[in-house]
Amino acid sequence: MARAASTRSRIGWTALAWGIGFLMFFPILWTVLTSFKTEAEAIAAPPSFLFFDWTLENYGIVQERSDYMRYLWNSVIIAGGSTLLGIIVAVPAAWAMAFVPGRFTKDILMWMLSTKMLPAVGVLYPIYLICIQLGVLDNRAALIIILMLINLPIIVWMLYTYFKEIPGEILEAARMDGATLKSEILYVLTPMAIPGIASTVLLNFILAWNEAFWTLNLTSVDAAPLTAFIASYSSPEGLFFAKLSAASTMAIAPILILGWFSQKQLVRGLTFGAVK
Amino acid sequence: MGQIKLNQVTKSFGDVQVIPPLDLTIEEGEFAVFVGPSGCGKSTLLRLIAGLEDVTTGHIEIDGRDVTNVQPAQRGLAMVFQSYALYPHMSVRKNIAFPLRMAGMDEAEQKKRVERAASVLNLTDYLDRRPGQLSGGQRQRVAIGRAIVREPAAFLFDEPLSNLDAALRHGMRMEIGELHQSLATTMIYVTHDQVEAMTMADKIVVLRAGVIEQVGSPLELYRSPRNLFVAGFIGSPTMNLIEGAEAQKHGAATIGVRPEHIATGDPETSPWSGTVGLSEHLGSDTFLHVHDTGLTESITVRADGEVPLRHGDKVGLTPIADRIHKFDAQGLRIE
Amino acid sequence: MATKASTSAARLMMAPAVTLLLGWMLVPLTMTLYFSFADYRPLRGVFEPWIGFDNYARFTSSGSFWDAIWATLIMVGAILAITVTLGILLALLLDKPIFGQGVVRILVIAPFFVMPTVSALVWKNMMMDPVNGVLSHVFRFFGATPFDWLTQAPLTSIILIVSWQWLPFATLILLTAIQSLDGEQLEAAEMDGAPPLKRFWFIILPHLARAITIVILIQTIFLLGIFAEIFVTTQGSFGTRTLTYLVFQRVLESQNVGLGSAGGIIAVILANIVAIFLMRAVGKNLDA
Repeated sequence: MARAASTRSRIGWTALAWGIGFLMFFPILWTVLTSFKTEAEAIAAPPSFLFFDWTLENYGIVQERSDYMRYLWNSVIIAGGSTLLGIIVAVPAAWAMAFVPGRFTKDILMWMLSTKMLPAVGVLYPIYLICIQLGVLDNRAALIIILMLINLPIIVWMLYTYFKEIPGEILEAARMDGATLKSEILYVLTPMAIPGIASTVLLNFILAWNEAFWTLNLTSVDAAPLTAFIASYSSPEGLFFAKLSAASTMAIAPILILGWFSQKQLVRGLTFGAVK
Repeated sequence: MGQIKLNQVTKSFGDVQVIPPLDLTIEEGEFAVFVGPSGCGKSTLLRLIAGLEDVTTGHIEIDGRDVTNVQPAQRGLAMVFQSYALYPHMSVRKNIAFPLRMAGMDEAEQKKRVERAASVLNLTDYLDRRPGQLSGGQRQRVAIGRAIVREPAAFLFDEPLSNLDAALRHGMRMEIGELHQSLATTMIYVTHDQVEAMTMADKIVVLRAGVIEQVGSPLELYRSPRNLFVAGFIGSPTMNLIEGAEAQKHGAATIGVRPEHIATGDPETSPWSGTVGLSEHLGSDTFLHVHDTGLTESITVRADGEVPLRHGDKVGLTPIADRIHKFDAQGLRIE
Repeated sequence: MATKASTSAARLMMAPAVTLLLGWMLVPLTMTLYFSFADYRPLRGVFEPWIGFDNYARFTSSGSFWDAIWATLIMVGAILAITVTLGILLALLLDKPIFGQGVVRILVIAPFFVMPTVSALVWKNMMMDPVNGVLSHVFRFFGATPFDWLTQAPLTSIILIVSWQWLPFATLILLTAIQSLDGEQLEAAEMDGAPPLKRFWFIILPHLARAITIVILIQTIFLLGIFAEIFVTTQGSFGTRTLTYLVFQRVLESQNVGLGSAGGIIAVILANIVAIFLMRAVGKNLDA
């Protein structure tokens, strides 16, 4: 057991850590604060930190002018749909690799990982072309499938590492107890794996939500999610600081909250189980 | 119910044959223990019987029925795993009832059987707890409970006590033994611990590298080990094995004498003598490790009670003549 | 180790995932490869299926290719150096007994969850704007002349933005690794007379080596593909055109698909070189 640190050094470290934490968080904090200012206060010099007239008008205007809800809905559908689809495809695969490893299981896992490393630009035009040919450019279903595919390796890997932690003997016990493959997965594996599946869902929802290569390149209006919504604010006519802040806040708020719940899973998911 | 017969069974993983052709019969109601060092194939053999692994060639019969290609659940066997393999998300009650639920038994009958098993195993007060809230010994009992409710033709135990501490292990050993007495069902028990094998078994099957070295009752194995491997494996402390001139005197390549079959005496008049190295005083017994005997590096002697010998003392040793085991150059017993 | 029945069930259950990924990898990649040997400019209606290695030659001989490689290397290298160094320091700090550790952790990690377009936009307008950005206010407060970050130091600005996004990732992974260090090892080192700096150098750093390797490799994979941050801020001007962005411009902006595809294939090859090292690091873990 570590010795109790002296209170003085503890206060020192605490001050330093809080200072750095504040600095890291400051851009987000500042954006959120600015979103509650009027446009005039947003460009006041020197800016006021907390003592301004708080207002919600920017949120109303952003929603009204650019139909925030539609983009939000697209984000939810695309991130949620691709995650759900990914889980449905990945659970059986991860089950098989974790509990019935064959000679090539390891190679398959490594190969799946390697597809994640394919740079998106390498396949940009073919995907673009295929989408045009199939008439699914700017289409939510197409994005759901594409985001599912780019995150599938991560989903399989995460589930695999979680399933690996479930002792195979328990599944064998279920088999001895007369469980069919279906009841084995339904009554034994799934309940035990729920925390792992939940973390996987969470992390992949976040990754899909923030994905900004395919969503920017394959959408224009109908299927555009929040990433594209925000990018549209980079054009000069949209440059009103308070409104920009309100739009940004709305785009990141849902995921920041989810993200804070998923810190631990983040490490495992993004390192493919190499760091736990 | 419960005769298990293995007929020319083999098992290979890839190109590696872990079980060469093997025949074995376990009689109804027998308590059979598979014992051997780790990696000897004893667990694999158990899993073949359970149906958790396919045999590569050969046949397995249970009560005269060929079950070689029958699913594990349909073989009528129950298994207790080394890690207990309890379902962590289910209460003790649900764990025990799981095989019954899978068999589609009606709820009232399930409840009756679970409660009967719980009372036999002293688990009645814990039925609504989760496995995580139980001690090691209690978990072990839940695993056994899950096995007995099915009223199987035979129980399979895969090193069930290896995760328990020494005191609990002793208690559970007795409980399993009593369970066998009361149920009179065939049990196959895998362990690497020869003490467990000796104390529990009707029949011990000693395995090495997938090959059966000897099958017999504990005392048969103790009294007349068929070869050097069994001689060294069964008995604690292990048998003293002596080669060279002393063995040739008996017309053997190697002779073996168990520590308890050597008497201590006057170094001048005894056939063997040496210096006491380490002496372990257990109270009831004393183990002496005697060096410089000129026979082998160290001879272990078990003396009854409190022997006043200590490090550096000279001691004479006399093996009991009719308790000397003789082995030929191939390591096989000479009668 | 299993029975035949479960092995065939397993094959069946793996099939959808494997097939989908195989298709996802092979079909578009084959097309890119095919286009990379063609003169294909859809807007002008040009399509000549085989022009040999012309596209590769043109792509690699143009000045913008080498500029892009250079920009990519500087960007990735600088971001890695910043995130790893600061990440180690931050992880060490967060491992100290501090009050409200959980909250500080959340504050530090937050930037990672900000979507790339938002963080680029927030930094561009809220932080780095020459008139109204917070940094300008700070400069003015100290009597310095405000600085137009994105025009005067565009590459540095983007490095700063992306580092801010990825520092949480490095910190979190390194913190996890530090916390897995056996405290008794450090106490043993202390008993052996190692002062704090030596304990860091001889015990903590070697323990972190693996985690650091993984952070570097994974970040490299993601950083090579940085897109939104450039798209939103500089649009690839002022020396911030990375290889990814260059290929994007060739393919979608000027619609020279043949040339862009050659660039895409080059990007794939470069990414794979990094990937091989990452897979080795991860693969080692699979055996353990």
